[in-house]
Amino acid sequence: MRKRILGAVALSAAMLAGTGGLTACSSDSGSDSKTLTYWASNQGSSIQNDKDVLGPELKKFTKQTGIKVNLQVIGWNDLLNKITTATTSGEGPDVVNIGNTWSASMAATGAFVDFDKSHMDQVGGQDKFLATSMSSTGAKGKTPASVPLYGLSYGLFYNKKMFADAGISKPPASWQELVTDAQKLTKGKQYGITLAGASYTENAHFAYIFGQQQGGDFFKNGKPTFTSPQNVKAVQQYTDLIAKDKVATPASAEHTTTNDAIEDFTSGKAAMLLGQNNTNTGIEAAGMKKSEYAVAPIPMLDPLPAGGKAINSHVAGINIAAFKGGNESGAMKLIKFLTSAKEQVILDKAFNALPVTTEAAKAPEFQTPENKMFVNVLAKTSAPMPMITDESQFETTVGNAMKDLIAQAATGKSVTAADVRKSLADAQQKMQSGG
Amino acid sequence: MTATDTAVREGRRAGKGSKDSRVRRVARHRWLPYVLLAPAIIFELLVHVIPMLTGIGISFLKLNQFFLRRWLEAPFAGLSNYRYGVDFHGSIGMALLKSFGVTIAFTIVVVGFSWLLGMFAAVMLQRSFRGRALLRTLFLIPYALPVYAGVIVWKFMLSRDNGMVNHLLAQLHITDGHTFWLLGNNAFVSIVVVAVWRLWPFALLTLMAGMQSLPTDVYEAAAVDGAGMWQQFRKLTLPMLRGINQVLILVLFLWTFNDFNVPYTLFSSSIPPSADLISIHVYQSSFLTWNFGLGSAMSVLLLLFLLVVTGLYLLFTSRRSRRA
Repeated sequence: MRKRILGAVALSAAMLAGTGGLTACSSDSGSDSKTLTYWASNQGSSIQNDKDVLGPELKKFTKQTGIKVNLQVIGWNDLLNKITTATTSGEGPDVVNIGNTWSASMAATGAFVDFDKSHMDQVGGQDKFLATSMSSTGAKGKTPASVPLYGLSYGLFYNKKMFADAGISKPPASWQELVTDAQKLTKGKQYGITLAGASYTENAHFAYIFGQQQGGDFFKNGKPTFTSPQNVKAVQQYTDLIAKDKVATPASAEHTTTNDAIEDFTSGKAAMLLGQNNTNTGIEAAGMKKSEYAVAPIPMLDPLPAGGKAINSHVAGINIAAFKGGNESGAMKLIKFLTSAKEQVILDKAFNALPVTTEAAKAPEFQTPENKMFVNVLAKTSAPMPMITDESQFETTVGNAMKDLIAQAATGKSVTAADVRKSLADAQQKMQSGG
Repeated sequence: MTATDTAVREGRRAGKGSKDSRVRRVARHRWLPYVLLAPAIIFELLVHVIPMLTGIGISFLKLNQFFLRRWLEAPFAGLSNYRYGVDFHGSIGMALLKSFGVTIAFTIVVVGFSWLLGMFAAVMLQRSFRGRALLRTLFLIPYALPVYAGVIVWKFMLSRDNGMVNHLLAQLHITDGHTFWLLGNNAFVSIVVVAVWRLWPFALLTLMAGMQSLPTDVYEAAAVDGAGMWQQFRKLTLPMLRGINQVLILVLFLWTFNDFNVPYTLFSSSIPPSADLISIHVYQSSFLTWNFGLGSAMSVLLLLFLLVVTGLYLLFTSRRSRRA
């Protein structure tokens, strides 16, 4: 009996000591100056592809600075959640990629290091960045909490052979023409277009872009105006592809990422695809040759409705930010490294992105006609997503509402203007409850 | 810590003095259970109670993106989060109510099927036959597999264009092979199938263990008296397993009602309305809009509901078994 008691006591003591040990462990995980944790977003054809591209570059960085980088590549559907969690717990990475449209929302959390003059100088000064890219780093007049990393814009990818087979000689010049072309291309198992219909980010981008064309706005003076007739039309412009015109692959409703839609495109199930310039990477990784497809600007409504703007892309791209309280000086060094002209050329080429610095943009690698088209879209017919603190909620609520509408259409139910208005109203209420 | 130190000292002293007085022994026995329970209580506090209390606290706060980092400074919101949650005229309350209904239906169907399957298989496996051990192992596989691994395979099988289910159904000329299993109302069927597939082995395992302890002589006597299998099952097995069933159904209910892993893996972030289970709904409500106060309020409502159900269930079943 006595022995047993002693044993039990020893065991409980050991367990208590164990808890002590655990807490010691977790408090220990704060970064020192010689290591960095970097959460990169998924830019390549797969997470592995990102690791393969970034790995050798980060080794160069370690060689230059002696700082070891622990790289984690995170898929788009998880990134925002993971950052939110990291913000709450204070246990985040040191450096993180964010969708540039989230800049203002993220800045509002106060989790990121502000790029004031001194921090900006540490990464090479504000002037090294392109002005368009800088327009998507936060609310006007506020100190940005991130700097541009990769530049992106939307284009229309189309299969040359399928176009020729259907007797279509050139890419559509107006949105109406795109729909007619898609109808011509839809026969049997083949469809005109494929969408990433279950991706809330893609959905929200198109709601915004088409909203601009329709002359609507999702926010007026910072207040949400989701249910305006123009916005309903904007959402329908997108969902009609699958609901009314039935020219999009039904599986679009299941595609949670653009990479899923790419599979429809490369396997010949769909002739067109709306994607950002990095879509090239995925298309070619799936074995489609550069000569088999081409890219054109996404056509716009012609004529534009009253008040409509000639916008066919948002200022897309990836920004990079540093978490407060981590290895801040190391983080600045890494950001400076990744936005240096030399690395920009290597990374943007590998990821099919556009450079975000003036110097890198001049590199001969980026002077191809296709690249110039994307640069042109970015410079002339792009609008930054609303740079307001509610932006990320706009994307999640509206994007998810559209996802449900697309699923409704794919499963054979009609999607009326009233359905769209109702789901936008629900989305708006959800967003306001968080205000 | 001090408790442990004293315990060690007491233990040593007890080791030295062989002539312990009776009083001291009684005294020692009075604190011993607490010392033995201490680690468990401390862990319970750390792992369950403190996070739960924190959650309840958060449900009264206006905790959004602006206060995420300094959430202790988030302003007090009173009952407004709860008001959103139970306002069934607003879209948030309505959605919560719908999700609640879906979850109730889901739970009843899943628990029912899991229990029936488990019970059926347990009875079948009770008699020994060639290959019994193999079957037992085979049946337990879904439960032994990591959730993610098992469910992601289902996700692939159920996808519309390249999934095996559609392929098979088309080959057998049952459907045209273009059914969406993960969208629309079919999603409910899919989530039920996957959840039952995952859960029923647990029912089987528990019931098999319970049946091991049933005396064989009563069955022999019943057989002699001419009772068939069905009668044996109804008049002997079921009543003798009452205690086990009582706990089993409660556990199955709680697990199914709260299940997060299966739906989250199956649908990733795009949950169709027909499979909008409450735990996922709460998660989405918190993360879609970064409105953690509202999410917590919903969790608290859920907790209250489960407490009431569990309490009533235990009260009801224990009264019944006492009467029996």
